[in-house]
Amino acid sequence: MRDLLALQNLPAQDIRDILDLSQNLGEILDRPIKKLPTLRGKAIVNLFFEPSTRTRNSFELAAKYLGADVINVQKSGSSVEKGETLWDTATNLRQMGIDAAIIRHQVSGVPEQLAGVLDVPVINAGDGSHEHPTQGLLDVLTLRQAKGDVGQLKVAIVGDVLHSRVARSDIWAMRALGAQVVLIGPASLLPESYRELGVEVTTDLREGLAGVDAVQVLRLQKERQSGGEIPSQWEYRARWGLTAESLGWAKPDAVVLHPGPQNRGVEIDSDILDSERALVRQQVRNGVAVRMAVLFRLLGGAHDEQ
Amino acid sequence: MKNIALLLDSDAIRRALMRIAHEIVERNHGLDGVSLVGIRRRGVPLAKRVAANIALIEGAAPPTGVLDIGLYRDDREQRPFSAIDATSLNPGLINGRVVVLVDDVLFTGRTVRAAMDAVSDFGRPQAIQLAVLIDRGHRELPIRADYVGKNVPTARAEQVRVELEEVDGADQVYLERASEGDES
Repeated sequence: MRDLLALQNLPAQDIRDILDLSQNLGEILDRPIKKLPTLRGKAIVNLFFEPSTRTRNSFELAAKYLGADVINVQKSGSSVEKGETLWDTATNLRQMGIDAAIIRHQVSGVPEQLAGVLDVPVINAGDGSHEHPTQGLLDVLTLRQAKGDVGQLKVAIVGDVLHSRVARSDIWAMRALGAQVVLIGPASLLPESYRELGVEVTTDLREGLAGVDAVQVLRLQKERQSGGEIPSQWEYRARWGLTAESLGWAKPDAVVLHPGPQNRGVEIDSDILDSERALVRQQVRNGVAVRMAVLFRLLGGAHDEQ
Repeated sequence: MKNIALLLDSDAIRRALMRIAHEIVERNHGLDGVSLVGIRRRGVPLAKRVAANIALIEGAAPPTGVLDIGLYRDDREQRPFSAIDATSLNPGLINGRVVVLVDDVLFTGRTVRAAMDAVSDFGRPQAIQLAVLIDRGHRELPIRADYVGKNVPTARAEQVRVELEEVDGADQVYLERASEGDES
């Protein structure tokens, strides 16, 4: 494995290996000295062309806990604003000695193209509506910790599936591990073609939640909507919002995930987010563990032959 | 064909681990402030057995921890990627205590060097001691064991194979000289 660009086509065994590694690395977060020598001397660049707090900091801390040095490049204030192409920016950073690049970009496929330009590992931290592989991994890790074998679970993904790279990475990871997946949301945000991926699709929240072990609630992505897909936030909440009532349609012990940031009172109610059934804190913690595992997997051994 | 010689059978292993338990208690005047840390993989069951032996002698077992030194190796860049197992240590097990590292074979000393670095990330021990079932020589670092089950002079190309009930289904240690063409 040289890069982590997508979970689609990643063999189930590779996913399991990364989850096991994440599980074993998680204890580092509780250590008094969170600075290991594992990736000492490695320089990693965070290239974030979209706003991000959680993912960027999670990658940065994961890299630093393992001993690497991290620099951050953002769109504003960088040479990208002066018109330099991303390839030139990345090539120049490579000349400065970076050993890996983490990239978030609003255009799907950019990380894959970057991997063709750079001769060091590239990690996709979210590209357009394509994939967000480390989020998919941390979601299945969180499910595995809470529920055991993911292959025995039925998981609902609720919301704006169409624009969601999280949904796509979740689907690939969950399907690879053998989980049943049902997608629920407004018809305008729910591609029927997803049935071909081996998942159920429904616009009816009550029908979709019946018998599920876990609910992944997607953020209503106002910034990705061209307009007109949903009537109003209030109607969205009434039909697809996770409330005490609608969560009651799932199994009594069903758990709730949300990739964040949450729009409280829109796609999910505050009292659910703050309840024991919501695993959002574990998701955030697991995010650092998964990113340590990915960095360790890509940089922690002799270069793989390509 | 492999040339194999038995170094320790299960009785010899049992006696060696009992003697090491006695030596640890004697040298540290009891088990106050003593922690055992097993180095994965086979150091872990060995540490548990030594702790159980100490309980027979002193009436109580010392606390034990588990350490995988994979994140502290100095040869990662030279080897293909290998995963790591979970480490289970905490500052209470390390700070101000005598930490006895337990491993199956002492060879170059690099594993022990890595283990000492790892332990120091959890706290500041009063002292670190080392217990091994086999010392086979060929040190590359200034490291020695405090407690040794058996000293075995070996050639560098030879392999010491430790098999333990908990991992391999039987207790035995043998010396193996791989013939040409065998994978090590």
